[in-house]
Amino acid sequence: MDVLKVGGQEVHNRLFLGTGKFSSDAQIPDVIKTSGVQVVTVALRRVDFENPQENMLNHISRDCILMPNTSGARTAEEAVKIARIARAAGCGNWVKIEVIKDNKYLLPDNYETLRATEILANEGFAVFPYMSPDLMVARQIRDAGAAAVMPLGSPIGSNRGLRTKEMVRILIEEIDIPIIVDAGIGKPSEAAEAMEMGAAAVLVNTAIAVADDPIGMAEAFSLAVRAGRIAFISGPGTVKPHAVASSPLTGFLRDGDGK
Amino acid sequence: MEFVSLLRNYQDRDIHQFTSQVTSNQIEKILHKNTISETDFLALLSPAAENSLETMARKAQQVTVQNFGRVIYLYTPLYLSNHCQNQCVYCGFNIKNRLRRRTLTVDEVEKEGRLIAKTGLRHILILTGEAKAKASVDYVAACVERLRGYFSSISIEIYALETNEYRTLIDSGVDGLTIYQEVFDPVIYDKVHIKGPKKDYLFRLDAPERACQAGMRTVNLGALLGLADWRSEVFSLALHARYLQDKYPGTEIGVSFPRIRPAQGQFQPQVIVSDKELVQMIMALRLFLPRVGVTISTREAADFRDNLIRLGVTKMSAGSCTEVGGRLDGEHNDGQFDISDTRSVEEMKMAIQKHGYQPVFKDWVTF
Repeated sequence: MDVLKVGGQEVHNRLFLGTGKFSSDAQIPDVIKTSGVQVVTVALRRVDFENPQENMLNHISRDCILMPNTSGARTAEEAVKIARIARAAGCGNWVKIEVIKDNKYLLPDNYETLRATEILANEGFAVFPYMSPDLMVARQIRDAGAAAVMPLGSPIGSNRGLRTKEMVRILIEEIDIPIIVDAGIGKPSEAAEAMEMGAAAVLVNTAIAVADDPIGMAEAFSLAVRAGRIAFISGPGTVKPHAVASSPLTGFLRDGDGK
Repeated sequence: MEFVSLLRNYQDRDIHQFTSQVTSNQIEKILHKNTISETDFLALLSPAAENSLETMARKAQQVTVQNFGRVIYLYTPLYLSNHCQNQCVYCGFNIKNRLRRRTLTVDEVEKEGRLIAKTGLRHILILTGEAKAKASVDYVAACVERLRGYFSSISIEIYALETNEYRTLIDSGVDGLTIYQEVFDPVIYDKVHIKGPKKDYLFRLDAPERACQAGMRTVNLGALLGLADWRSEVFSLALHARYLQDKYPGTEIGVSFPRIRPAQGQFQPQVIVSDKELVQMIMALRLFLPRVGVTISTREAADFRDNLIRLGVTKMSAGSCTEVGGRLDGEHNDGQFDISDTRSVEEMKMAIQKHGYQPVFKDWVTF
């Protein structure tokens, strides 16, 4: 059985779900059920623990692994505070670090993200840092004790796909903790592509939440992630520059003694 | 470059001449682009673009949903004080107006805050007139400290401050600033602000930038529509938003489109902005600045606001009251402006859901 062991948990479905942007939180239970998603990230800024009616956590099955995120944090300190609030409120010890100081492109601040990772990993959190794919920073994040590294495929919400493919490929080759592609994945085929490359999982929010049928789209993503994973395990053939004839020209050399 | 120099360069352009010469063909080309330049934006404000409103709306809706999701953030205003030294011709708090002047005590503020919090809202906008002797920065800070326990985001809409004063308020728990230039045309600005500290055009114009420098999380700008030619005003407003967004990427920039409606016995707008024109400017702004939030207040009527939910708006007020202490002991027509949409928070919530959007009550964290 192909299981992703990460952050002290066993994950069977490698599609991770983001929960912002849905037209109604009430859609989330069906999205989770149909797609079989296990890991769900929630922006702590949106959770109102004091108002049970508006508390979006009510829509997330207790069987799911909750990954609170620090959306809205502009510094490591803010991210750390948000993570601590989440844990104190009973959201578990997973945290996705998002530190964004750029409101135009919403690109993460790798330096602040690394600082927050160091602090929170020391406090026993399973830290999932969202970052711009950069090998040096990814190594430092791993050394700081992160549970995984989450490079972006393209800017958040852009649906532009795996534009950072070559950088992500290098991270997959060089970093020996799970690489989870987060942000920018717009189509199931792009999620499959990331998985075929060897990504450990893919996190999708906008492409599912703003689809005409979020439930159908979540299922499509789940299937694509699974297909990509099976393809990776099965070892896809190498890409060749030319067609390879099934009756090779030099085949006769193997037929006899090669003289 | 400082914003005022940038603005002056543009104010020299003949906007009326430019927009009157734009053709439908130009608009069509602009609507096929992925990024919109400032000249394209101005073209989208032209009379010719009115014919492409539906295409603009579809594109604007798609851009909004992609950037913000199908959500509308909700907040409500809480007026702390209506004492004011300014004589602004369009405002109910004008020093010359005879109305009951009141500044709430910090206890009263807490009481009203508690009533608002019961509606489920976690974002609040606190407002004052401009009378530092009655509602000082320290007083506002004391109110904020008291309200912190009830709200996860507290914004201010008060007189323009110095950078260190903004810092004081941020330290007390403020995370957002709303400040309208009201009118960017300096000649008209001088005319409608007859007396008082607000007469200082430049001090007001640079206030949002001082707040950004002080580390404000969100800054919301606005032009009071009805005081001057709306195309020039909205163009200046958008340039200001873009200037701040580029220079202070850590601050979330938003804009509002407050419109003065003609009403009996009140200040009459010099320029009437139609519903169609208001929609056009929101669409154009959304395409020019996809990440900038757009707020529509209860100045606008309920059915019109409902139609705007799908058209690029990201934030709305609900259950509003523009009178000091209005929630504590009833309203007496002493508000800053008349509310058109009088729906309660619960009614707004249902209206937003009916349009396939999610009302969001909380979107930040109190530390």
